[in-house]
Amino acid sequence: MTKRKFGLALSVVLAAGTLLGACGSKDDSSKGDKESKEKNFSIAMVTDLGGIDDKSFNQSAWEGIQKFGKDNALEKGNGGYEYLASKSSSDYNVNLNSLVRRDFNLIFGVGYLMEDSIKEVASQKPKTNFSIIDGKVDAPNVASILFKEQEGAFLAGVAAASVTKSNKIGFVGGIDIPVINRFHAGFVEGVKAVNPDIKVDAVYTGAFDKAELGKTTANRMYTSGVDVIFHAAGATGNGVFTEAKERKTKDANANVWVIGVDADQYKEGQVNDKTNVTLTSVMKRVDIAVQDVAKKAKEDKFPGGEILTYGLSDNGMALADSHGAITDDVMKKIDDYAKQIADGKIKVPEKVEK
Amino acid sequence: MPKKLTTILVPVISVILGLLVGAIVMLVSGYDPVEGYLALWEGIFGDVYTLGGTVRQITPYVLAGLAVAFAFRTGLFNIGVEGQLIMGWLAAAYVGYAFDLPAIIHLPLAILAAAVAGALWAFIPGLLKAKLQVHEVIVTIMMNYIALHVSNAIIKSLTDGGEKTPAIHESASLRSAFLDNLTEYSRMHYGFVIALIMVVIMWFILERTKRGFELKAVGFNQNASEYAGMNVNKNIILAMVISGAFAGLAGAMEALGTFGNVSVIGGFTGIGFDGIAVALLGANAPLGVLLGATLFGSLKFGALNMPNVGIPVEIVSIIIALVIFFVASGYIIRVFLERMSKKKEAK
Amino acid sequence: MEYVIEMLDIRKQFGNFVANDNITLQLRKGEVHALLGENGAGKSTLMNVLFGLYQPEAGEIRVNGKKVKISDPNVANDLGIGMVHQHFMLVENFTVTENIILGSEPTKMGIVNIKDAAKKVQVLSEKYGLNVDPYAKIEDISVGMQQRAEILKTLYRGADILIFDEPTASLTPQEITELMQIMKRLIAEGKSIIIITHKLKEIMEVSDRVTIIRKGQGIGTVTTAETNPSQLAELMVGRQVEFKTEKTEANPKEVIFQIDNLVVTDYRNIEKVKGLNLSIRSGEIVGIAGIDGNGQSELIEAITGLRKVKSGTVKLNGQDITSLKPREITESGVGHIPQDRHKHGLVLDFPIGHNIALQTYYKAPISKGGVIDYSKISELAQKIIKEYDVRSGHGESTPARALSGGNQQKAIIGREVDRNPDLLIAALPTRGLDVGAIEFIHQRLIEQRDKGKAVLLISFELDEVMNVSDRIAVIYDGQIIDTVKPNETTEQELGLLMAGQDRQSNNGQVKEGDE
Repeated sequence: MTKRKFGLALSVVLAAGTLLGACGSKDDSSKGDKESKEKNFSIAMVTDLGGIDDKSFNQSAWEGIQKFGKDNALEKGNGGYEYLASKSSSDYNVNLNSLVRRDFNLIFGVGYLMEDSIKEVASQKPKTNFSIIDGKVDAPNVASILFKEQEGAFLAGVAAASVTKSNKIGFVGGIDIPVINRFHAGFVEGVKAVNPDIKVDAVYTGAFDKAELGKTTANRMYTSGVDVIFHAAGATGNGVFTEAKERKTKDANANVWVIGVDADQYKEGQVNDKTNVTLTSVMKRVDIAVQDVAKKAKEDKFPGGEILTYGLSDNGMALADSHGAITDDVMKKIDDYAKQIADGKIKVPEKVEK
Repeated sequence: MPKKLTTILVPVISVILGLLVGAIVMLVSGYDPVEGYLALWEGIFGDVYTLGGTVRQITPYVLAGLAVAFAFRTGLFNIGVEGQLIMGWLAAAYVGYAFDLPAIIHLPLAILAAAVAGALWAFIPGLLKAKLQVHEVIVTIMMNYIALHVSNAIIKSLTDGGEKTPAIHESASLRSAFLDNLTEYSRMHYGFVIALIMVVIMWFILERTKRGFELKAVGFNQNASEYAGMNVNKNIILAMVISGAFAGLAGAMEALGTFGNVSVIGGFTGIGFDGIAVALLGANAPLGVLLGATLFGSLKFGALNMPNVGIPVEIVSIIIALVIFFVASGYIIRVFLERMSKKKEAK
Repeated sequence: MEYVIEMLDIRKQFGNFVANDNITLQLRKGEVHALLGENGAGKSTLMNVLFGLYQPEAGEIRVNGKKVKISDPNVANDLGIGMVHQHFMLVENFTVTENIILGSEPTKMGIVNIKDAAKKVQVLSEKYGLNVDPYAKIEDISVGMQQRAEILKTLYRGADILIFDEPTASLTPQEITELMQIMKRLIAEGKSIIIITHKLKEIMEVSDRVTIIRKGQGIGTVTTAETNPSQLAELMVGRQVEFKTEKTEANPKEVIFQIDNLVVTDYRNIEKVKGLNLSIRSGEIVGIAGIDGNGQSELIEAITGLRKVKSGTVKLNGQDITSLKPREITESGVGHIPQDRHKHGLVLDFPIGHNIALQTYYKAPISKGGVIDYSKISELAQKIIKEYDVRSGHGESTPARALSGGNQQKAIIGREVDRNPDLLIAALPTRGLDVGAIEFIHQRLIEQRDKGKAVLLISFELDEVMNVSDRIAVIYDGQIIDTVKPNETTEQELGLLMAGQDRQSNNGQVKEGDE
C-alpha cells in the first residue's frame, strides 16, 4: 500500500518535474505579470488535506482546471493555471493568500473544510473571485458549487442491488457530514427501489485519509457476506479497493465489488489484465463544474454570491463506464431511473430516513 | 575549542548541513535549489504578510514545546500534548461562542478555559501514574485518541450534527484589525504575547519557586525527594497538570487566533507531536523551546511558499525534515568538533 | 627481578589539571600489588592509562620488558591485561556465560555456540574455585557472584594481569574474605594482580607490595611485610591519622528517643522488625551492630517515616512521631544520613548547593511566599561547604554526581547536622570512604554527642561500631537481642551475638566470617 502510494507520489513528482522543465516558468517581473494578466484569464485551486492525487475530487478539480487551461492555451504557473496542496487545515488561508498574491483571477477551494478560509480571504481580497466546491459561502465574490450526490448515488444503489447475490450491500463513509449523508441517502434509496428487503450495512469511518481504516471496515463487511461496497470516503476508500483486490487475488471466483466515488475509479480496482473489482463509480463531475464556473467567469458572467447545484440533469453527476460489469439489462434500468430523476419525476432525499 | 563557540557553532553547522543535503535532494529531483531556498526565505521573511504568518505558526509550537519540556524537566514523558491541545481548543472555542461577555472578561475566560481543559486532560494520566504506577506514555497516547473523538462528538452534539462550531465572538478573539492591517491579513494574532509570557512563567516556576524545586527534584530522584519530605504523588500530578495547561493554551491559540472555531477533524493536528521535537531541539529549557519553536515554525511556514516556485509538497517535506533531523542530531556534530579540537591539542 | 608490567614516569593531564604526575608502578610476576591513595588521588586514571582508555602525555609502558603503546582496551586485552571494574559491566538479564562471551561470541556457522562457552566457563570457574553457575542470570545472583563473573570474563579472554578497581566496595565481610582467597588462588596459578583500594586492612592482608599515590604524585613503593597500617595511612594522607577515634567518656543524660514494640513489614508484607525496643539518651551514641538484612533498613525507614509502621510507637522528646510524614518527623528534630546516599541522600543531577538545601528549601529564610531566594541557598551551601570541607570542582554549582563519595557524604552530614537535630541517625555513614573522610565523619558524630544530642549509628563494620559507639545494641532477626558497652566486649563476642547466640552460651568459639 505504502509502496504503491510512494510510487504514485514519485511519478506525480516526476510528471510535475517534466512539466515544469518544459515550460521553465519563473517569477517574472511584475510588469510581465500584468501583461499576461491582460492577455489571459488565470485560474488556480487549493486542495484540501487529501492531496492533488487523491483520485477523487481534488484530482477531478485539477483535471477540470488543466482542461480549461488547455482549451484557453494557458500554461502552468503565474498567469496560467496552478494548484497548491495543503498539508494541514492551517495551510488553507496561507495557500489561498499565496494565489491571490500571485494575481490569479479565479481561485477554487476544494472541499467543505475550506468554507471558513474562503469566507475569510474572500472578504479580505474583494477583487479576486473565489469558488468553493462542496461548500456554501455567502459573499459577492464567491460562487458556491454543490452537487446532488444523492442522484448519482441512487443509480449506484440500483446497480448494486441488481448485481448482489448475497443481498448484502455495504456503504463506507468518511466523516459523518451532510455531503456524505447525501451519498448515503441516495444509495440506500436506489437499493430500496430495486429490492426493499436488502439492508445496507453503513459505516462512517470518521476520516477521509485513513486507508487502513477503510481496509479493515471492508474486510469485516466482505467477511459478513457483503458483496458490493460503495465508498464515499476519499483516500480512506482506497483501503476498500485494496481489500477487495486482495480477496480477488486469493480467489478469482470471489464475488466482491466496489463502487467508486467522485472520479472514475476503474483503475483503482484493477487486479490484473482481465479482472477488475470496480463495478462502477459515482462520478461527481467536479471537473465539469470547475470548467463551467471558469468559463462563466472568463466571459465576465461570474456567478458571484450564487449557489450552483450540479446534478444528473446537467451532467454534474454521472455513473462511470462499468466496462461490462453491469449487464445491458441493468444498464437500461439505470438509464431509465436516471431519466426520471433528471426530469424530476423521482425526488431523491438528502438524508437517510431513520 | 571554547564551550561557548561550540554551542553557537553546532546549530549553525547543523542547519547548513541540512540545507546542503536538502539541496542535493532538490538537484537530484530536478529542481533548482537556489530558487527553492529563495522561496523558503521569502516565505519566512519576505514581507510583513509572511512575517506575520511565521509568527502565527510559531505561536502554538512554543506552547506545545513548553508543555513537553515542562514534563521532561519533571521526569515525565507527556506524549499527550496533542490530546490536551485538542481539548483546550474545544474549550476555548466553546467559551468563545457560547458566552456573551465584555472582552476584558471574555478573552481571559476563554484562555483560562483552554488551560483548564488541557490540565484536566493531563490530570488523568498524572493521577494514574502517581497512584497506580501506570506509565504515563501509554496513558497519554491513548488519551490523544480519546480527545480526538470526544471532541468530534461534542462538536456534533453542540451543533446538531454539524461539523464545526459557530465562530467565536469578537470579544474572545485574539485577532485584531490592527494586526490584520499591519500584516495584510496574515492571521497573526496576539497569542504570541501569551506564548512569550508562558516562556517566562515556565522559567519562573522551574527556576524560582519552591514548587519548581520540588517538581525537578521529584523528576530526578523520587526516593531522595520522599526522603526530603516532598509529596511525590502530588508533585507528579501537578507536573502533568501544568504541562497540560500549556498544551491547552496551544489549543486556545488555534481556537481564538488562527481559526476562530473548532471543526470535526479526521486526524491529529500534529502540533502536539511536533512539540516533542521542539522541546528536544530546545534542550527542554524555556528559552531553548522558544528558539526551537522559531526554527520549526519558520521552516514549516516558509516551506508553504516553495510550491509557489513549482517544488512539490513532498519534496518540501523531505527538505524540512532533513534540516530538523540535522539540528536534532547536533550531538554527532558536537562529538565531531570535540574530536577535532582534541586532535589539535594533541599536536 | 622480572616485571610483567612497568609504568614509568607516567604523566596524564586533563586541561590544566594534572591527574598523574610522573608516577611509576612496577608489577612483578606472581604478586598482588596494591595501588593505594585517597579518593581522587589519581588511581583510576593511572589504571585507565594502563587499560588503554586514556593516552598518557609522557612516560612509557612496558609489558614483559617490551615497550608497548596501548591505544585502546582491545590492545590491553591482547596483551593479557584484564580489568574488573568497580561498577560491573554486566547485562542484568543475560546469563553469566552470555555476559562473558559478549563482544567475542564464539560462533559456529553464524550461530552463537553457548554450550561450548559455558563448558569453558565451568572449567575456569572450577580451576580458580569461583563456584559460579554459568547459566545463572546476573540479576538473580549476589553482588559477590557478579564480581566473580567479571573475574571470569577477564580469565576467559586470557588475561594474565588482573586489575581490580575497588573490589571490596560493595561486598559483605564474608564475600571480602572469599575474594581474598580467590586472589591467592589466582596468584598460585601464575597470574599477577593490581588492586586499587584505600582500605588498609585489605592491603595488609592480601598484598605483597604497595605503591602509594597522593594528589597525582607517586609517593613510592613499599613492601607490605615491612610496613604497618599507620605508616601507610600517613603516606597516603600526608599527615598522621588516628585509627582509634579520639573521644572523651560519654555523659548521657535523660532518654530522649524511645522505641517501644515496633513492628515493621517489608514490601512483601513480611515482618522485618519484630517488636523492637530501643532507647537513646541525650549525649550518647548508640551503635546498632548486626549482619545486613536483620531489619536495620526497615527500622530506619520506619523511624524516619519512609515506611509505614505496623504497630508500636516511636517517641522523640516525649512526642509521638510514629508514622508521621517524613517532613513532620524531620521538623520534630530528626536528622538522617541515609544508608544509600545516591538513592535517598542526594538528587545527583542537582548542584551540590541545591542538595545542601534539600531539607530547608521550603521555609524561611530560603523560601518566602512560595518563591525561593537562591542567594540564600548559596549562602547556606557556601557555609556548609566551608565548614565541612566539601571539595568539588566548581563549588556549590557542581552537580552532586561529580563529587567523590566522601565529599558527597560530607555535604549530606553538613546538611543534616546544620539543622541541629536532637536525634541524628547515621546509617552506614562511612561506606566506601577513605580513611581521611572516615575520620572526619566520626569526629562529627562525636561532636554531636558532646553537644548533648542523641546519635543512632547503624553499621555493618564492627570496627566502626566498636570505635564510635558508647553503647552497642545488637540487632538480630528484627529485635535488639542485647546491649553491650564497647569497652566491655570483644569482636568475637559481638560476632556471636550478631549470629543470634546469646552471651551466656558462648565461650570463645569464634565463628569465621562474622566480622
